Formats: sequence, C-alpha cells, structure tokens
Amino acid sequence: MTRKRRRLMFVATGMVVLAAAAGLVLTAFEDNLVFFHSPTDVGEKGIPEGKRFRLGGLVEENSVHKTDGGLTVAFRVTDLSNAIPVTYKGLLPDLFREGQGVVAEGVLNQEGVFEAAEVLAKHDENYMPPEVAEALKKSGYWQEKAAE
Amino acid sequence: MIPEIGQYALILALLVALTQGTLPLIGAHRGDADWMALARPASFAQFLFVATAFGCLTHAYVTSDFSVLNVAQNSHTAKPMLYKISGVWGNHEGSLLLWALILAVYGLAVGAFGTNLPAPLRAHVLAIQALVSVGFLAFTIFTSNPFERLDPAPLNGSDLNPLLQDPGLAFHPPFLYLGYVGFSMAFSFAIAALLEGRVDAAWARWVRPWTLTAWCFLTIGIAMGSWWAYYELGWGGFWFWDPVENASFMPWLAGTALLHSAIVCEKRDALKSWTILLAIITFSLSLLGTFLVRSGVLTSVHAFATDPTRGVFILGFLVFVVGGSLLLYAVRAPAMKTGGLFAPISREGSLVVNNLLLSTACATVFLGTMYPLFLDALGGDKVSVGAPYFTGTFAPLMTPLLMLTAIGPMMSWKRADLPGVLGRLKLALIAALAVAVLIWAFTSGSSPLPAFGIGLAAWLIAGALTGLAERMKLGRAPLRESWNRAVHLPRSAYGMAIAHAGLGVVLAGIVASQSWQAESIQLMRAGDVAEVAGYEFKLLGVRQEQGPNYESQRAEILVTENGDMVARLFPEKRHYPVQDMPTTEAAIHSTWFADLYAVIGDENPHDGDGSSWNTRIYHNPLVPWIWLGGIVIMIGGAISLSDRRHRVGAPTRARRLRTTAAEAA
Repeated sequence: MTRKRRRLMFVATGMVVLAAAAGLVLTAFEDNLVFFHSPTDVGEKGIPEGKRFRLGGLVEENSVHKTDGGLTVAFRVTDLSNAIPVTYKGLLPDLFREGQGVVAEGVLNQEGVFEAAEVLAKHDENYMPPEVAEALKKSGYWQEKAAE
Repeated sequence: MIPEIGQYALILALLVALTQGTLPLIGAHRGDADWMALARPASFAQFLFVATAFGCLTHAYVTSDFSVLNVAQNSHTAKPMLYKISGVWGNHEGSLLLWALILAVYGLAVGAFGTNLPAPLRAHVLAIQALVSVGFLAFTIFTSNPFERLDPAPLNGSDLNPLLQDPGLAFHPPFLYLGYVGFSMAFSFAIAALLEGRVDAAWARWVRPWTLTAWCFLTIGIAMGSWWAYYELGWGGFWFWDPVENASFMPWLAGTALLHSAIVCEKRDALKSWTILLAIITFSLSLLGTFLVRSGVLTSVHAFATDPTRGVFILGFLVFVVGGSLLLYAVRAPAMKTGGLFAPISREGSLVVNNLLLSTACATVFLGTMYPLFLDALGGDKVSVGAPYFTGTFAPLMTPLLMLTAIGPMMSWKRADLPGVLGRLKLALIAALAVAVLIWAFTSGSSPLPAFGIGLAAWLIAGALTGLAERMKLGRAPLRESWNRAVHLPRSAYGMAIAHAGLGVVLAGIVASQSWQAESIQLMRAGDVAEVAGYEFKLLGVRQEQGPNYESQRAEILVTENGDMVARLFPEKRHYPVQDMPTTEAAIHSTWFADLYAVIGDENPHDGDGSSWNTRIYHNPLVPWIWLGGIVIMIGGAISLSDRRHRVGAPTRARRLRTTAAEAA
C-alpha cells in the first residue's frame, strides 16, 4: 500500500466516524432540545400538551400546598403578569421557597397544569437563575433588588 | 499588615512573570544564552511570590481576619478549621490564586528538573508558562483582588455556602486545578515545539509524564466532584451532564486522547502535529472550563463571579490564547516532518482510532454544552440540552472504543496480525460473553443493553489481564520464565493494564446503577416501614440536633433484610443559620455490590397523629464501583508514571550508568 492510499484510508475512517457522530448528534438534538418558557410565553405560544419544556419564574406567594397526603406539592410559577399551576411529586430542592426563583422541567397536562418531572435546585440563597431574571425583565417586573 | 504583604507579593509575581515571559523568548530567538538562562531563576522567584501571596490569604482565613473583604464574605468564626482552609479556594478570588499557585508549581518543576533539556527548549517552555501566568495574575490583581480590605471590619463573616462545606468538596478544586493547569505543560511544550519548528522523541518523553500527571489529578478531581454530587445533592445520581460537569469532562476526554497520541509520538515518531494540536486543544478546553464555571454564564454552585468585566477579561484571554496558538499552529505545523510509517492494522492504527473516537466524543459533548450558550448569545431561544442527548451520542461512540481497548494494546507496532490478536483474546471473549449471557438470563424479559454493557465491562477487565498474561507468556513458557518476565515487565505495562481494567470497573458501575436503580418516595411516620429492593427501611424517629454551625433534624432508619439487621441510616436535614440555608445530607450504606441511600425531606407537622416526613430511598447497585474504578484508573496512571522510562531525566542517567558499567568491565 502506498503512503497516499494509507493516508486516504485514515481520512476515510475519520469521515465515517464523523458522519456517524453527526447523524447521532442530529437525531439526539431533535428529541432532546428543551426550550425555556416563562408563564407568559406558555399562554401566548400555545405549547402543546405533552411537549417537554422548562418553565421558569418565581414561586407565587401563598401558592404552595401539599396534596395526595403530602407527597405531591402543588404551587404556581409566576412572572408577575401570568402564572401557571405546577404539580411535582417528590422531594423539593432545599432552597425551594415562596417568592424565590425556580426552574421546573416537565410537560403540560390536559388541564393546563404543568407536571414537573424535575425542579431544579438552586445552590445559593441569593442566586437568581439567569433565565428567570430574563423572564421577569420581559414581563416588566424586574427589580434590581430582586437580584441581590 | 500580612494581607498587604500578600498583595505586594502578587504584584511582584506579575512583574517576574512578565520578565520570564519575554526576555528568555527573545534570548531563544537571538541565541543569547544569558537571556535564556534567566528563565530558570525567574520560575523560582515566581513560585516564591505566588506561594507567599497564597500563604498570606490562608493566614487571613485561619485567623478569621474579617478586615479582608474576601474572608468576611466567605468565612465565619464558627466554621470548622478544615472549611476555613478550604474556604480559601471556595470563592472566586481565592480559586484564581490557587490556579496561579499551581501554575507556578509546574513552572518551578520545569525550572528545577529541566536541567537536561536543551536550553532553547527550556527557555521557550518557561516563557510560555510565564505568559499564561501573566494572564491569570493580571486577572487576579485587576479584577478579582483577594486582599481587598473592608473598613470597618465586621464582627463576623457571612460564611461559606453550606453545600461547599464538605470534605469531598474541600479537595475537589485543588485536584481539578492540578489537572487543568497540568495540561499547561503539554501546551507550553507544544507551543515551544511550534516556535522551534521541530518535535523529537525527547520532546515527547517530556510531554508524556506531565500529561499523565495532569490526567491522573483530573481523573481524581472529576471523581470527587461526582461523588460529592451523589451524596450531597440527594438525588441519587452521580452524573447529570450538567454544563459545569461537562466543562471538566471535555479536557479529560481530550487529555486522554493526548495521552495516547503522545505514545505514538515518542515510540514511533509519528502523529507529531496531531499531538501538538491535541495539546493545544486540551489546554484550551481547560481554560474554557474555567471560563464557563467562573464567568457566571452557567447556573451553578461554581458561578461565584457575576461581575461582567471579569467575564469579558476571561473571554478575551481565552480568545487570545486559543486563537493565537491555533494561528501559530496553522502557520508552523505544515513544516513538521512526518515520521514513522505504519499500516492501518497496527498499534499506531488502533491509537489513531482511539484518538478519533475520543475527540469526536469530546466534540459532541462540546456541541451539547455550548449550543444553548451560542443560541442565547445570538439572541435566539433559551434552550437546554438534556441528559438523553449526551447519553444518546456518547454511548454509541464509546462502545467501539471500549471494544478496541482490549485489542489495541496487543497489536504490534507498524503492522499487526489481527486474527492472531483476536485468537489470543479468545478466553477473554468467552468470559465476557458468558457474563453477558448470565446477566441476560437473570434479567430476562428486559432490554439486552445492560447485559451487553456488563459484558463489555468484563471484556475490558479480562482483556487487560490477558494482555499482561501474554507478555509474561503465562502458560506458554515454563513458570520460571513467566515469573522472570513478570518481574521485568515495565511498570507502564502494569499501569496500562490496571487503568484499562479500572475503566471496566467504572463501566460496570455506571451500567448497573443506570439500569437497575430502585427508587421509592413515600410519606413516613415514626414506625413506618418502606420496602425497596428486598430491604425493609423502618423509620425509628427524627431528632433535633445541634452541629458546630448548623441545626439539624436527624432521622434514624433501621434497614433489615428478612428480619436481619443490615444497617442504621441517619439522613439529616440541616439548617445553616448564618446563610439561612437548608441542606440535605443523604445517609448512605455502601457494600461491595450496592448502596442503600436514604434522604429525609420536609416535615408535615400535625399530620394525623404526630408528624410525618417525606422520604426518598434508593437501592443503587454497583454504584461504589464507579469511584472504586476511578481510583483504580488513577493508581494505574501513577504506576505508569513511576516507570523508570517516564522519570524525567532518567534516560541520560541510565546511559551514563551503562557507560560506567562498560568502562568497569
């Protein structure tokens, strides 16, 4: 085998691997890209039920209550102009509190209730997820103080 | 007074780094030996000054000097001593200082041990190393000064984020940084090679041990981070494909590829420009990782910095380093002479495939991590890429790589006999298939994927052992000869086999815990029993307790199996009053084959008769193997590092010995 053909062979192998990877990436992207929406977006964009997305905003004051004997938590996520009811079965992250920012990932059910599969843990009391800050800015209720 | 000494030391370090980064470079260009010789003492001075600064900051933390802003913001007198010390790097400013310190340590190592390096190469390497230092020291001094004073000093500090007050995490950043920054050595050598326009075996002999050292530290750092996430976050998982985790995983993948291509570079004088490119990419990914976690673009526990000037500075530095080195590569790499020829089926060929798969996998992780950031920067939708994307792309790319891991090392250099190699691996193949079939028989009806995964793990371990047995000619030669060969096998052969087998152990842990994890969430009152995976978990009660700087609700759970006691678990819900922050402390009972994992959640007071608690219980099969395997991999790396041929400077000394021996004879 000549030097040239050898090199060609390596390049061809590389191409095959890259093509396979590109195929994998594209199919995986299609299924696993999760969009972020604020409660206002959810109302405006008409997201179909069963489509997985991330919902972010503040946990509405006095909205948290337990159902199902305490195992399921229901609350409302708000960007201060609109709010979406959310249910979550499981242990909430340590820093979940009323009036604090939250990001939940899940789907809307038939009744328009967001069933969260995951409520994302924030790591710090003072921290506001950037997505939530953005959503608040959009709804016009952003106060610098809320970020501090 | 002492913080000011630290401040001056830091400024002096920057000046020394500036000198070390310029004069020797000019000296090397002009062939001026005196200017080149400047690099060595400069590297000592730089280390001295940075170490002084670091010592001063540590002193401020240990003595709780709250007149220093950084200490006041991140420490508290009630904090245990371990966390006072780890608090030094548990914040943005201090962690940068640690970066600079480790960089100076590596520079010192070149200065101290590099006496046998050709003078121009040493001058180049130390200068590049110093230029990287300049970037980090300037960043520290101008945007994130750890010694800033606070007047008047508060009576007490506002404490370290309680999630970071953990023994596993106390040492996670130093190890991670030893890894990240260690790749700067490969980077400096790569740039030096480009500047000099040549790469020889001596170059690769230097790059290999340093890459291996960095890689071992990074492996341990990542394992520690994942262990921390597993027990501290209370979700029962060990890897979330979170962008912050990916940030450390990408340099690891590229570094692993570099480790393997450097072998070809040293032994066969081939793949030279590819190795250089990998060295640049690996260090660039380390810098990118630092940028991602430090600039605040990602939501995470690591995002200390939200000051936009900092983000811009790091981004600028990143663009300069990556852009500059890639440009240099584009200009100079074509001049590199290509070396040793090899057939596609050969050890070199298998290492090329290894590199191809690792770098492709690294690219897919990169894409998934960066895509949401790019989209956001371009003003598009806000998206996130879920874990299924990563498992969906990563696993199919890793599968052929892991299959090859057992085969590659048994191939000979230049041209290999594939059927012969496969024939010698017959036993390992049979063992792996037997394991897979057994597993599938026991889990009949479910997907065959877990059985395949465990079989692959068995293949890795059996293959690594077969490789060693082959080199000892075990069973094919008299036992005495095999023993002799075993004694004389190079340590790097043992190191490689151990590391590859460790990979098998990790794989088994990942596959088993992903496939057969049992989870149960329920409401429990004192006396209630939950059954998970054949174990009974009985909640005996919950008590209030007082820790050094927290209050806790501590539950006692008795675990039994068919009436026999297995363990007592004490999961806690803590509250840290200084930061007004609750944390969850999972209770874990590890056996060789599984973890019993319990978490206690919110209390529901006055729920019927007395309080009830949400509890979450997991049975995680083989999870301990993940960290056990990580340690095995690290040990393999360390053994390989202790190989005489890897010891820097050893070749010359050995040659000298041989000459003396010859003269004596």
